[in-house]
Amino acid sequence: MKYRENAAVRFVCFVLLPLLILIYSAINRGHYYSDLICLFGIHLILATSLNLVNGFSGMFSMGHAAFMAVGAYTSALLTISETQKARISGLPEWFQKFTLPFPLALLCAGLVAALLALLIGFPVLRLKSHYLSVATLGLIVIVRAFLDNEDQFTNGARGITGLPSYSTIFSVFLTGLILLYIMYRLIRCSSYGRGLIAMRDDDVAAQTLGVRIVTKKISIFCLSAFAAGIGGALWGHLQTVISGQFFYFTDSFEIVEMSIIGGMYSLSGGIVGALVMTFLPEILAPLETGIMIGGFQLPELYGASNLIMAVFLILLIIFRRQGILGDSEIIVESIFSKSTYTGIFKAETYRKLVDITKAKLTGKKKEKTAK
Amino acid sequence: MSFNYILGQLINGIKLGSIYAIIAIGYSMVYGILRLINFAHGDLLTVGVYTMLVLMGFSGLPIWLVILAGCIVSIMVGMTMERLVYRPLRGSGEETTLISSLAVSVFLQNLISMIFTPQKKAFHLPDFLTVNHSLGPVSLSTINILTMISIVVILIALTLLLKKTKIGMAMRACSDNLAASQLMGIKINNVVVVAFVIGSGLAALTGVMLAGEYKTIEPLMGFVPGLKAFCAAVLGGIGSLNGAVLGGFIIGIAEVLFAGLMPSDITPYRDAFIFFLLIVVLLVKPNGILGSSEGGRS
Repeated sequence: MKYRENAAVRFVCFVLLPLLILIYSAINRGHYYSDLICLFGIHLILATSLNLVNGFSGMFSMGHAAFMAVGAYTSALLTISETQKARISGLPEWFQKFTLPFPLALLCAGLVAALLALLIGFPVLRLKSHYLSVATLGLIVIVRAFLDNEDQFTNGARGITGLPSYSTIFSVFLTGLILLYIMYRLIRCSSYGRGLIAMRDDDVAAQTLGVRIVTKKISIFCLSAFAAGIGGALWGHLQTVISGQFFYFTDSFEIVEMSIIGGMYSLSGGIVGALVMTFLPEILAPLETGIMIGGFQLPELYGASNLIMAVFLILLIIFRRQGILGDSEIIVESIFSKSTYTGIFKAETYRKLVDITKAKLTGKKKEKTAK
Repeated sequence: MSFNYILGQLINGIKLGSIYAIIAIGYSMVYGILRLINFAHGDLLTVGVYTMLVLMGFSGLPIWLVILAGCIVSIMVGMTMERLVYRPLRGSGEETTLISSLAVSVFLQNLISMIFTPQKKAFHLPDFLTVNHSLGPVSLSTINILTMISIVVILIALTLLLKKTKIGMAMRACSDNLAASQLMGIKINNVVVVAFVIGSGLAALTGVMLAGEYKTIEPLMGFVPGLKAFCAAVLGGIGSLNGAVLGGFIIGIAEVLFAGLMPSDITPYRDAFIFFLLIVVLLVKPNGILGSSEGGRS
């Protein structure tokens, strides 16, 4: 336990090691592990943005794949070369030669996804809890049908190939950090975020206190879709091939799983969830091709890693419903300072503090519980 | 587009509709009591069908025994998942149970693809079930006719169960108000188990009908019919037996007519159309066509 208080140890663990891994993988560009780290960065954006809707505003959307798909296609159409565009029949003349630089294409991807969210948000966000989830699942089906059948814009079920591979560790994590910072300021440091959390906890009470529920719901839904669109675009530029089948139920569930595993009610939860869901399947992947354990040749177990993840999710929901982090946040300052102990910010600590103060005021002696 | 063509499409719609209706009954029963959207319901269908596939490998077993065994295995899986996953989570919020059912669904899908490989497999029912009878302008196989008869039989049997028996009365009480019926001394666990047994058994039964229709089976075959059956249950008014059946027929007929009568550019949108219909119904008439008026959906 002593080591956790040592600033040097913390610096090595939380800053130096991740940085070294990042630099090492960045040098081996195109290497399998650097792609995996990029994927982690993208998952991080997606899971955190889903947390905005599911954790902080009390709605439950499962349609993230739809926004990802819209973002990926937008960015793809804006960046692919002329020869690639010539294959897609229905594009207008001026668009054939029109390409945007990567950052602008990303921004457009986000904006188009947010526009879709705005359009469907007005009717759909009236629904409550799991009816909203089913409606957003329906959105995935609708978007998929559109992508597969509007051949003249999307090249149909064949998808778009030859996307420039712009997603490097640098670009992914830079985008991720910017988005995370915006989300963090918005949720944790503004009246907007406090109103949002109030709305989640009790919408009638929040409304009475002057929180504009409809505006809040729609704006946070759009913001979440904006980040999801950017995440989808980055995903497209990482894989360089996109088609409708990559953005379907399974992918949406994967993001929901990340958000649940890490903890819906915290932004850092998205990061932890993305970490678990990106690297755990990689560790379990050898099971699917059949490995030797203790002299036994295990047969190829197709789907084994998904199976184990599903069991893990069920156990987590039963025994720790709030996810790994719950409603705590990891705060950066605590990594460097000696005074904070665990590096994790807990609402619980404040509650204990309040209890102690109350006990002092009433003159009762109470055991000191907070650390 | 002749009259016979439209009639044929209509019959096809009724065929598909009765399959959706039977799945929707199970969905609706479980939802009515627990307010749980059981995504794994469609996968119980897959479990049943794969069991039947294994048993059909043993030649000599009569087909009714195979179907019965498939239903029993599916019922056992349904009961196990209720006991292990949904019971510990009862009363913990709608989103939590929704996610747990999603996880169970992923689990079952992957378990099946691990055991049987994810490839499509051929599924052959005995000839006397697949032989076509031509009835005037339309031709139907025996299994189609049995499907349509079975929905009537199931509807009558379940209505009698709900209206005349003690457990049926308990089920109706539970779907009205779970907490109050617990206070009145109804053993909720028994009621929930009965709902799951009926739902899983019916799901496996529809599995035979779907597999007989498409002649192939795959580990993911149950999921989309399951979702559509959910749409049907919501459309008809979730929690209501007649509503589930009505919704199933509406969805089935709408889907087939959409594919059969619309111009060919928009026929690939049939799945999208179903979900669009669902969203519209949820917004305009959140309680469905026959649903009781109960707040909190929109």
